[in-house]
Order: sequence, then structure tokens, then C-alpha cells
Amino acid sequence: MKLTELFESGKFVITSEVAPPKGTDLAEMLENAELLRSRVDAINITDQQSSVMRLGSLVASQQLKDRGIEPVFQATCRDRNRIALQSDLLSAWAVGIENVLCLTGDHVSLGDSLGAKPVFDLDSVSLLAATRGLNEGADMEGGELEGKTDLCLGAVVTPGADPVEPQLIKMGRKVDAGARFFQTQAVFDADAFARFMEEAKAFGVPVMAGIILLKSAGMARFMNANIAGVHVPQPLIDEMAATAKEDRPAKSVEIAARIMRKVKDICQGIHIMPLGWEKQVPAVLDGAGL
Amino acid sequence: MLVTKRKPIDEIAGFVSGESSVFLLGCDGCAAASGTGGESEILALEEELKGRGVEVVGRKVIDFLCQKALVRTGLRPFSQALAKADSIVVSTCGIGIQATATVAELPVHPACDTISLGGIRGEWQGEERCQECGQCFLEYTGGICPLTACAKQLVNGPCGGAKDGRCEVEPEVRRCAWEVIYERLKRQDRLDLLRSAPMQVKDHARMRPPEELRGTRRWAIDIATSEEVAR
Repeated sequence: MKLTELFESGKFVITSEVAPPKGTDLAEMLENAELLRSRVDAINITDQQSSVMRLGSLVASQQLKDRGIEPVFQATCRDRNRIALQSDLLSAWAVGIENVLCLTGDHVSLGDSLGAKPVFDLDSVSLLAATRGLNEGADMEGGELEGKTDLCLGAVVTPGADPVEPQLIKMGRKVDAGARFFQTQAVFDADAFARFMEEAKAFGVPVMAGIILLKSAGMARFMNANIAGVHVPQPLIDEMAATAKEDRPAKSVEIAARIMRKVKDICQGIHIMPLGWEKQVPAVLDGAGL
Repeated sequence: MLVTKRKPIDEIAGFVSGESSVFLLGCDGCAAASGTGGESEILALEEELKGRGVEVVGRKVIDFLCQKALVRTGLRPFSQALAKADSIVVSTCGIGIQATATVAELPVHPACDTISLGGIRGEWQGEERCQECGQCFLEYTGGICPLTACAKQLVNGPCGGAKDGRCEVEPEVRRCAWEVIYERLKRQDRLDLLRSAPMQVKDHARMRPPEELRGTRRWAIDIATSEEVAR
């Protein structure tokens, strides 16, 4: 099922994500996916996030598909040139994957393989355009395909970037290149997100607000210092800091649900990044009335 | 030494369409030796642009556009002509174009592509870097090279990785190149360029050194000098 079909039917779309293992043991990833399956429309499979070498997103996506869980195959430009990326997209379609999220990807220097070549032959915009080309039956060189893809194209945007205008300009370029839905970087400040949506709604493409479960005040401070485009407002940090350790999961759920209630009427879906707290996701959705 | 190749006049004329007048700038170093930026080439470029209805309010060939101090002093006598110009068309390597874009407040347009030499260097450069990519992007990026200034070499806008204007790679020393590009274009009231620029795709085939420059240590400037000596 393509996410675009859900948006077109008027559904408020919920996605979450799981990460493939560093190794071959898929048990934990599949368990996490099972915790989410009854409550979400699709699950993203990250592509070696933070540039840490792991099992690939393509095969992990196929594993979910085989179990009846709708995958969103994340494809980044960090590790593969245009030949490999287009090939993986053909492979994805051939094994039944219908949704792909096209990203530039983190730089190699953030990960665990510091000497690796940062490829970035394409970027998120040209990858979207290349995928749209495959949908139309031709590769980037115009070569005709024997059997084309019909992939649903997603992209990402960072609503909390400062300045946000370059992000909005690039969002427009992604729409022009074929993006049909957006998932955002984590939203903690509902008012800032509302200001972003005032501008972004002009593109007429569904936007899913990104939600990260805050595990502690320390995590919030770490993200504020280190994660691009993420800003946890001080009152939320204070709220977490004032919560006893054993009560933190409940507080985390309450905060996430509160943010989601504030933003759900101004966007078209939610993308939850549980970062290990997959168990809490059903409670978050219950709290948000979703 | 950097070797340059003049862009087709149609491409250059396209860059300046919508502008009423331009100033032409050449370089008497490598670009003159490459036959792209010397006095006679700048005169020829002026004639070609005039033939397409572009008004040229002045021209100058400076020794070593890669050196910002020389660009600054070289342009100083032309402040009146520059005040009348909408932009500067720079016929030299990627470094000279960027150095001019840094020094002059006017928008710059590249008239050349810088061809790969496969690693030979020797120019008198400052912070500007040129990758000799053979498909100069400077027209669309405010005269700041996204291949050398952006850690991911992104050519269609910023990633989401910058924090407080710093790159996710070595933030202590690197600014986000696309934020610098954004700021310069905003200052020049040219942000529409970021929205309207054609989608860019890197052509790595053009980054290979061409046959006549491959496997040789001859510099075009040396060849030019030795020919002069011979005369």
C-alpha cells in the first residue's frame, strides 16, 4: 500500500521506524516491528543511520513486507552512486516494496567507519528525480527499462532549522523532483512547527510531523547541543528533570502525546521515532487520540 | 596553474539575460595562458555579448584573480563603471571567480569551466578552492563553490545537518556552505536563484582530465612562456 493512497483517502497517516541490526540477527528488529504493527500504517527502515555500518535497509524492508508490515525503504546517497541506487530501487520494487524515503544521508564522519569514502554522487533532490524517472520507465541516462517501478516517493525536511528558509526552498525543489509526502525532523515546539506549516502548506504535499520520545532531561540537552534542527524548549527539559526515573516513561509518553495533540490538526500525519522505546508507542497514540 | 575552457556564449548570455549591463573581468595568469581570460579573449567576449544585445560598461584583465588583494586593487580604478554594472562576468578559473565574488559586492557569472588537471596545483589562492570539475556551478551558488565548500558536495541546496550555521563535519572549523550561499544571495536580493536554478547533477565524466592534459607535467603557462621566449 502506498502512503499516497492513504493520504488521498483522507486518512491521518501514522508511521514509525525500526533500525536493522549491526549483524545478521533480525530478531530484535522484527520484535520491535511487531510492537508497532497494529498501530501504524507503515514502518520506516533506516539506512545505516548515523553512518554506522549495519544490515541493509532493502533486505530488512523486504523482511517486513513478507510479514505483512508495510515498509518505507530509506535510501541515502552516502554510500552508493547513481548506478547502485537506481539498481536498489529496481530491486525494491521487484520484491514488492512500494514506499521509498529519499535522503541525502549523514556524513561518513559521524559514524563508525571514518575512513570510508563519502559518496554523495546524487543528493536527495536528484535521487528523487532519478526515482521518478524509474517510475516513468527510464534510468538517469534515458535508458529504457524492461518493466518500470511505481514507487511512492517521500522526503524529509527540518522545520526547526534556523534559518528555516533554505529548508523551505529545498523542500520546494524536492516537491518539483517528485516528493509526494514529507516526514519531518523531531518536533518539540508546536508553535514553531505551526509557523513552518504556514509556509510549507503552499506546496500542497502531505507533511508528517516527526516525534521523538524524550527519555530524560540529559537526552534533551544532548539533542539541543548536537542534533541539527532539534530544539527541546526549556520547560520540557525542566519537566523531565523534575520526574523520578521510574516515572520517566509515563512522562515521556505524556509529553509526546501532548505535542501530537497540538500539531495533529495542522499536518497530515505523524512519524514516531521511538529510539528503543517501541513499547511506549501504543500509549503515545492513545494519549494523542490517534 | 589551472586550465579553463570558455563556456559557450549562449550559456553566458543566458546567465546575464534580464540584466541591463555587465562588467567583464579576465585574468592574465593561467586563464590568459589557457586562451580564456587574456586581453584578446576579453575583447572577443565583449564583442560576442554586444552581438547579443548585452551592454558592457567596462572590462579589465587583472594579474592573478586568485589573489583577492590583487582583485581588490585591480578593480579599484573601475568603481564608476562597476557602479553602473548589474554583475561581473568573470572569465577565469573557479578560484578567480570565487575570489571576485568575495571581494566585489556585485553578483558574478562564470564564463569558464575549470578542467581537471588530475592534481597539479600552483595557483596563488586564499580560502577559495576549485575542484576542476569541468561544469562550473558558481552561477547558481552566489560565487561560492558547493563542491569544495560543502562536505557532502551538495549541488541542490543544504542537507539538514547544519547546527547553528556550522557543518556536521568538523563544526569547529567549517561553516555550512549552503548557509553562506543563502546569506550572500539574500544580501544580493537573489534568493529566487535557489528556487529557480535547474536541478544539478554532477557529471563525473567531466571531472576526468582530458587526454591532452593527462600524463604530462607541462603547464599551459609554461608552454605559453616558452613560446614567448622562442619568439
